[in-house]
Amino acid sequence: MRSLILRNRVAGLFVSASFCAFGTWIIVSGALGQARDPSRSAASRAQGVTAWEQVYSVLTHARCINCHTATNYPQQGDDRQRHFANVVRGAEGKGVPGLNCASCHQETNADSTGVPGGHNWHLAPLSMRWQDLNDKPLSSAAVCRALTDRSKNHNLDGPGLLKHHEEEALVQWAWQPGRRPDGTMRTLPPLTHEEFVAATRRWVEAGTPCPTRR
Amino acid sequence: MATYQLNVNGERREVTVDPSTPLLWVLREELNMTGTKYGCGISACGACTVHVAGVATRSCMLPVSLVGERPVVTIEAIGKDPVGRAVQDAWVEKDVVQCGYCQSGQIMSAVALLKHTPKPTDTNIEESMGGNICRCGTYVRIREAIKTAAQRLQ
Repeated sequence: MRSLILRNRVAGLFVSASFCAFGTWIIVSGALGQARDPSRSAASRAQGVTAWEQVYSVLTHARCINCHTATNYPQQGDDRQRHFANVVRGAEGKGVPGLNCASCHQETNADSTGVPGGHNWHLAPLSMRWQDLNDKPLSSAAVCRALTDRSKNHNLDGPGLLKHHEEEALVQWAWQPGRRPDGTMRTLPPLTHEEFVAATRRWVEAGTPCPTRR
Repeated sequence: MATYQLNVNGERREVTVDPSTPLLWVLREELNMTGTKYGCGISACGACTVHVAGVATRSCMLPVSLVGERPVVTIEAIGKDPVGRAVQDAWVEKDVVQCGYCQSGQIMSAVALLKHTPKPTDTNIEESMGGNICRCGTYVRIREAIKTAAQRLQ
């Protein structure tokens, strides 16, 4: 009787293992089949690069790139001039004691005085510079490489980058930049925030491909 | 108009002003604290510098509506602070002041610097004081006074 139970258990295990093996084969072969379809893979990459170019058009807008400098100072304005009042980067990208970003920039825009503001106002780290030392924006491929380099981007993977673009307060600020000191509205990036997030999502879902040209 | 309860130099002060009124004008016009100066009105000169929650802040560009509960310290009370006292003493010792108009802002920025950087280098001083302009050109004496205050505070 005991040998019969044991035999049934062994048979059951064999059947279960067979189902698992079959299921795994189905999944793996399907995935390989997809990967082996070069036209589909190329299309996905091309769509991803197209989405990236939309993302890049936002990243290089003045509202974003002014705080992604390669220098010791932030920029301001649509002409991306050096920030006035001798403001410097400081060790943490928040200015220096006596002249911090928070010396003027508050938690929200101050439209009556024209000073933009947002939570934790600061410069992006130098590892996330999107310009050269002459204040010229880096190429699309170079920015893409920097953005996807986890040694430079605070170890963000694709979903992490998407979350950053979707939720980070200073990213969102670019679409609520408030008024200039002369009372006129600051310009907005070329896409809406929703379009920007959607483009980022398409790029991430395509595997964050970067343009191949330098 | 709106009423705000401000913490200024450790005292609760109530003001009723337009929410867009810069803190500078609340201090000078509503509270009659005229030690903080109006220079440029665009955060470019530093004459209006006060401390808001310990951060050297340009009061000419800070709407009173954004101050909130954060404590404000002005030049009138900075001498009660040990670092502030040392800076003011050094200012007198080195005879820093010429016309004096910018000096309250200079002192507020110098105190903020020394509170964070007790032994500032020349570069620290240049960067931290770079937003405070002195038309009389007292920069050399300002640097000497900051170093003197730093030594006294060791």
